[in-house]
Amino acid sequence: MNHDYVIEVDGLKKYFPIRDGLFGQETGQLRAVDDVSFRIRRGSIFGLVGESGSGKTTVGRTLLGLYEQTAGHILWQGQDLQQLTARQRQALRPKMQLVFQDPYSALNPRIRVGDAIGEAMLQHKLCSRAELRDKVLQVMTICGLAAQHYDRFPHEFSGGQRQRIGIARALILNPDFIVADEPISALDVSIQAQIINLFSDLRDDHGVTFLFISHDLGVVEHLCDDVAVMYLGQLVETASRDRLFSQPLHPYTQALLAAVPTLQPQQKPSQIVQGDIPDPSNPPPGCRFSSRCPLATAQCRSEAPRLRQVAEGHQVACHKVMSA
Amino acid sequence: MSTPLISFENLSVSFAGEQGRVRAVQQVSFSLQPGQTLGIVGESGCGKSVTALSLMGLLPAQASRIDGGAIRFEGEDLLQLKPKRMADLRGNALAMIFQEPMSALNPVLTLGEQLCEPLIRHRGVTPKAAWQQATQLISDVGLGRAESLMRCYPHQLSGGMLQRIMIAMAISCQPKLLIADEPTTALDVTVQAQILQLLRERARAQQMALMLITHDLGVIAQMAEQVVVMYAGRVVEQGPTADVLRQPLHPYTRGLIASRPVPGERRRRLWSIPGQVPDLAALPAGCAFADRCDRVSARCRSAVPPLIGDVRRAACFHSERAEAQP
Repeated sequence: MNHDYVIEVDGLKKYFPIRDGLFGQETGQLRAVDDVSFRIRRGSIFGLVGESGSGKTTVGRTLLGLYEQTAGHILWQGQDLQQLTARQRQALRPKMQLVFQDPYSALNPRIRVGDAIGEAMLQHKLCSRAELRDKVLQVMTICGLAAQHYDRFPHEFSGGQRQRIGIARALILNPDFIVADEPISALDVSIQAQIINLFSDLRDDHGVTFLFISHDLGVVEHLCDDVAVMYLGQLVETASRDRLFSQPLHPYTQALLAAVPTLQPQQKPSQIVQGDIPDPSNPPPGCRFSSRCPLATAQCRSEAPRLRQVAEGHQVACHKVMSA
Repeated sequence: MSTPLISFENLSVSFAGEQGRVRAVQQVSFSLQPGQTLGIVGESGCGKSVTALSLMGLLPAQASRIDGGAIRFEGEDLLQLKPKRMADLRGNALAMIFQEPMSALNPVLTLGEQLCEPLIRHRGVTPKAAWQQATQLISDVGLGRAESLMRCYPHQLSGGMLQRIMIAMAISCQPKLLIADEPTTALDVTVQAQILQLLRERARAQQMALMLITHDLGVIAQMAEQVVVMYAGRVVEQGPTADVLRQPLHPYTRGLIASRPVPGERRRRLWSIPGQVPDLAALPAGCAFADRCDRVSARCRSAVPPLIGDVRRAACFHSERAEAQP
């Protein structure tokens, strides 16, 4: 198998039913992910950026099969995941792993850390009990945990260490692909850098491919190779990291970048986008950003722009952006 | 410099913990001028919120204990006030907003009722006049449809709108000091920018001092003239924000700045502060940062470095003061 892309997503949709009334009738649909397409290069970190309610977590979970997609295709190294048998899918599970946002709730408080890390190896019958301890210690070292931590319980660890445990649990299965869903936002600032460095080591030294879901643009710029910006269930812009941060084209991307507080004192954001993200169950017609966009015209409010290529590897969904 | 609006003088606060007393705040001293914006930055457990809560008289009475010090508001020690006098000040001359606006508002009262309450309680205005003033306040914080919002309940609004309502309530009695404890941490980045702009505008319009508590140095850089850096219950550095960010004196401040990704500087390995924040119930004898510090010496392990300096202060035996001065 030699594919340049570990994951290819084509026209992915995930709708959740909205139930209401005495008998829980379906009264509508929440289009959490609405026609999203992107590809993740092997050995790269792909950043998925958006604010709360944009659907970025749903994308990650659908990729891993934790949600069943409503429509669209997910290709894993060229293979359509939906066409696999249950057994084939089971065999793929160890190859795709998830690191959770909250390292406090993701660990069972009554299971020793070493056992928690090794659990999945036994589950997938990837090694014998005799070999397990060595394997666990190996992966603990990679993640910066000491051998004496093996027999301790989760409450004895700080947030940053717990996140390392969460990463070690994913890593021990030797995955090709890790979905990291806001992996550092629950951590203290002085600890965040340790985890960010660990991710870049895993990419550079172990060739792991990541989908890095985050709302923190500073971290995304530092860590990711390619970036997609998501707004209300749709991608509004995708580009290489260098292009996206030097030439953001979509007004929403520009607003997001302008809103990040920098260390330049008293440098006030030039343009502050007004209003909140609209209710995802009732998005505005036309372009979904039109209700907050400073450039919106009548066309934007009636006709949804499609994601189109404006330069090599740079796609944007906006009527106001001219092709280069 | 004029007389400070607020001055903390060697404030120490501790809590009863399972393994002895947890010393949440120790020997904290700094002051705030009228109309000034001061940021307090630090990680969870550094004592920044406890410092603010003790000013407001909102520490849990059973669990906490003031071990010493004073908090002077226009010369008067807030820690010595009778509860009734403190209640007159709180929500009036001294106001505070919190991280989670949803949990700070009463879910079963309309926003109008909650906005009118401080006006009636502190300003003695009639309910009818209070209603009018409250409606005006909603417009002042940048929300439309003020009339209909007055009749809404908190759950009907988004987090960003609720934080605006909290600000409206806090500024309703023209406070001299507004404490904002992580006011934008629960909000999206575009909404955060709106709320910070609103705080900046209102502080200027009402000549209100702002004490902004956050873990985000970026927010401090955008907002505060003065910054206080706290670590493990103590002030480790203080000074004008621009100077502190450009030339930090304390190794902890230096580490915090260096561990932030810098726009444009990509693929550089981030500096990370090794180790973790010490347990406040078992603090080391010397400097609390010693175990994580790259300049540690024997002296750091035996004595707590005092906070020294004038305009800029730092609590470190090996601070970069010498290099900072021309």
